Amino acid sequence: MFRSLPRFEYLAPKTVKECIALLSQYGQKANVIAGGTDLIPQMKWGEKKPDYIISLSQIPNLDEIQFSSPTGLKLGALAKIGEIESSEIIRKHYPILAQAASVLGSVEIRNRGTAGGNLCNAAPSADMAPSLLVLGARVVIVSQNGEKIIPLEDFFVGPGKTILSNHEFLVRLEVPPMKPNSFGEYIKMGIRKTMDIAVVGVAALITLDHGNNTCEEARLGLGAVAPTPIRAKQAEGVLKGKTLNEEIIGLAAEAASNEASPLTDIRASDRYRRYVIRALTRRAIQQALHKIKP
Amino acid sequence: MEQVIELRVNGQIYEIEIKPWRTLIEVLRDQVGLTGTKKSCDEGHCGACTVMVDGQAVNSCLMLAIEAQGKDVVTIEGLSKGDHLHPIQEAFVTHGAVQCGFCTPGMIMATKAFLDHHPNPSEEEIKKALAGHLCRCTGYAQIIEAVRAAADKMRST
Repeated sequence: MFRSLPRFEYLAPKTVKECIALLSQYGQKANVIAGGTDLIPQMKWGEKKPDYIISLSQIPNLDEIQFSSPTGLKLGALAKIGEIESSEIIRKHYPILAQAASVLGSVEIRNRGTAGGNLCNAAPSADMAPSLLVLGARVVIVSQNGEKIIPLEDFFVGPGKTILSNHEFLVRLEVPPMKPNSFGEYIKMGIRKTMDIAVVGVAALITLDHGNNTCEEARLGLGAVAPTPIRAKQAEGVLKGKTLNEEIIGLAAEAASNEASPLTDIRASDRYRRYVIRALTRRAIQQALHKIKP
Repeated sequence: MEQVIELRVNGQIYEIEIKPWRTLIEVLRDQVGLTGTKKSCDEGHCGACTVMVDGQAVNSCLMLAIEAQGKDVVTIEGLSKGDHLHPIQEAFVTHGAVQCGFCTPGMIMATKAFLDHHPNPSEEEIKKALAGHLCRCTGYAQIIEAVRAAADKMRST
């Protein structure tokens, strides 16, 4: 596919303020670019044709990965997927995020793609979304009206659509610390072992009581099986307060499968996806539980 | 709309007049004249266009040339020194890892970026490192052997 990119003017603001001014001026005719791994192909396919490309690359500190107790994680929108995968901070405090980052795309994609871009592209299968959803992440959006912080759950509106207007952009994510005695797992199932869009993605975050007997809280995130990435709240309710044996986990998997609304598409049928949701939900919960430190 | 930018490729500075919508691979091939990097899927799936930017493997078809300013770009041409092949190139040749050769520059640049940080990789790690690369000819086995052999050679020198 040897299509040239359509023509555009390239702008590289040096500050957040400058970027906001440019977005206010060009809004409808502009696209923000981070790593470009989604935007560039979309422009080649004729899906997006901005007259202006506003690069975030010259704005300092947008790629920071910072953690402090008790606030938690500040993850800049421009933090690369590869940086998240290898970050000591993420591996220590949010291992499920490092796991999700490690299965996204390829080495080359991870060296350019960003967490912010993955979320703003808002594919229903976005690999960073289920984990960030179960971690209770919030997005920080800036515009001429200042900063607004909203839960990630409310950020996605539909396939490829977020609540962002074209005068705003996402500047960072904020993630509260994981509760003590919590264990997470993200499983992505695709047609190929790698370098493929998820057919189903499941993130499980289980918080156990002190005796490691009962589940204090469970969070389940599903990707690629609804118009947006979603939390499977009924399935979460099945697990809460219970001892997680095979029967309870099976009931939760069933509930998760019913909460999803998968499509039949080129990769899989809706029936197959429901089947896979059940299997991956069980597997993600069991693998999260295997991480219990004695 | 054209802009003059400075690109550092294989240690050399090039001053180039570019249009902002040109990707790095287009500028490398059409303007810098380094055609070793190959355009294949042009969408970031196949890895044929892989070059190193600041020591990291990236798909040059997905990067705007203008965003490579101030960065160190290394292409396949930057690996060999005159007639002397880099050990990775040597290993690819001797292990039958090159048939039509179209995927080869991308495979080798990804291998270089990988071995620079993982000098003694397992087979699983090699496969993961090259997961973004497609080859229609070899069936990958010889490529993986070549990477292992190159790693061994590079550790012993």
